Amino acid sequence: MSFDVAAVRGQFPILSEIIDGLPVHYLDNGASAQTPLAVIDAVRHYETTGRANVLRGVHRLAERATESYENARAQVATFLGVPTMEIVFTGGCTAAINLVAYSYGSLLKPGDRILLSEIEHHSNIVPWQLLRSRAGIELDMLPVTTDGRIDLEALPRLLTPRTKLVSLAHVSNVTGALLDVRAVVEAAKSVGARVMLDGAQRAPHGPLDLPSLGVDFYAFAGHKAYGPNGIGVLWGRPELLDAMPPFMGGGSMIGRVTLAETTWAPSPRRFEAGTPAIGPAIGLGAACAWMQALDWTGAHDHEMALVQRLMDGLQKIDGTQIFGPASLQNRYPVVSFMLDGVHPHDVAQTLDSFGVAVRAGHHCAQPLMDRFDLDGTTRVSMAPYNDNSDIDALLAGVAHAAKTLR
Amino acid sequence: MNDQLYQERIVALAKAKTGAGKLENPTKTVRRDNPLCGDRVIVDVKLDGEGRIAEIAHQVRGCLLCQASASALSAVAVGRDATGIAELRHDAERALGREPGETHEPFSAFAPVAAHKSRQDCVLLPLEALKDALA
Repeated sequence: MSFDVAAVRGQFPILSEIIDGLPVHYLDNGASAQTPLAVIDAVRHYETTGRANVLRGVHRLAERATESYENARAQVATFLGVPTMEIVFTGGCTAAINLVAYSYGSLLKPGDRILLSEIEHHSNIVPWQLLRSRAGIELDMLPVTTDGRIDLEALPRLLTPRTKLVSLAHVSNVTGALLDVRAVVEAAKSVGARVMLDGAQRAPHGPLDLPSLGVDFYAFAGHKAYGPNGIGVLWGRPELLDAMPPFMGGGSMIGRVTLAETTWAPSPRRFEAGTPAIGPAIGLGAACAWMQALDWTGAHDHEMALVQRLMDGLQKIDGTQIFGPASLQNRYPVVSFMLDGVHPHDVAQTLDSFGVAVRAGHHCAQPLMDRFDLDGTTRVSMAPYNDNSDIDALLAGVAHAAKTLR
Repeated sequence: MNDQLYQERIVALAKAKTGAGKLENPTKTVRRDNPLCGDRVIVDVKLDGEGRIAEIAHQVRGCLLCQASASALSAVAVGRDATGIAELRHDAERALGREPGETHEPFSAFAPVAAHKSRQDCVLLPLEALKDALA
């Protein structure tokens, strides 16, 4: 049976909105995805029937809240294919990476090295630069190929016995390229380095099986994966998490506090200081369950058909150039392009006047823009609820920008 | 479709590219970046002995609004000192609806940007750069 995009769209109320007389052609999912009724209902259910703080209260609302919060952890764990208590809730994907940079980073010694790439989002560069300033570690950068993939041929040259961690985007937020995780893990293991993946752009496209990937840390954001904002996830191997000192101190993360000293709770509590974002966590759990129930074989084929339609359409508009993989293999539905003579922001602004939402600019990947001497790109990032009408509206808008702005 | 932002006057200013380029031996060169969108402006100025702009040139790597603003600024900057440029800044702010009062040519062209808060910094970036150049 073919993928029923209308049925999926029907679960996202915002997609049937008319705003200033325009339909919603939402193609900025790489920035924030829209959220389905299942998530909205789960958060509303918590707020209206079970709102209380978690873990410490003995009253029945607290019991309800705690059960819902921990159930959300289990839903996320199922989505990632890992045990429940290996899931750490964070404030977002950026917060998760910062947690590792701070806590795992505090175990590193001056001269230790971390390997990143030129394609990374700033959130997978800046925390490591901060660590470099604090701890005297060194950063190495994998280059990027002209078709927007991390160049893994440079791995043997850049991996050294001092490399302790390789931290890379699972899917590029600019080009949509999928990382060859197997090759990275194999190479990293050969020098004893750990591997962390920034899964912000991969998680919104279906369940994962982290044990089969062989990585050591995985991070993703709730709001890009159809969940609320203010919530994210860090998964880490338990032996690593338990060896790491806390990132933040406060309630919930302690074993025993005296005025002289404090002992830490085991992970994940060790990394969840203070009252967590309970409602958003419950919403993210619902989002993971929603994704778990979707036909991802059909959804992926549908998304790739949209990518093909987009690429074919762009090629018919004079002066467009796609920055990223030309093939549909090993990529996800994030497509960046340039329109000769028109700045990406002006393309995006014109598209807005057609009801089309995209992101334009450097996409928090300035080193990548510098590497290819780009002012920026216009980025189309798709989700299973997008359809041909979204792509066709976008193509009409790009053609209009080409005609009027140069 | 709603094309209100890119009205003819703004597009014409951008395409005019008034002052686009570099100066030889400028008195001062200033670069300003907008960290949110990545727009970049480099302004060269030559000043006379009394701090007034004798020549101005700009290089913009940015959107049409930023290009149009740099072009508008270059058209009216010569002969002005820091105070005179500050007056232009107020004119731009008025066009963007951020200050009360009537706005004048050429910055009155930017009135459509008043409804697009996220794009207003694109208009102001060249003015920021020039302010730094005169500081």
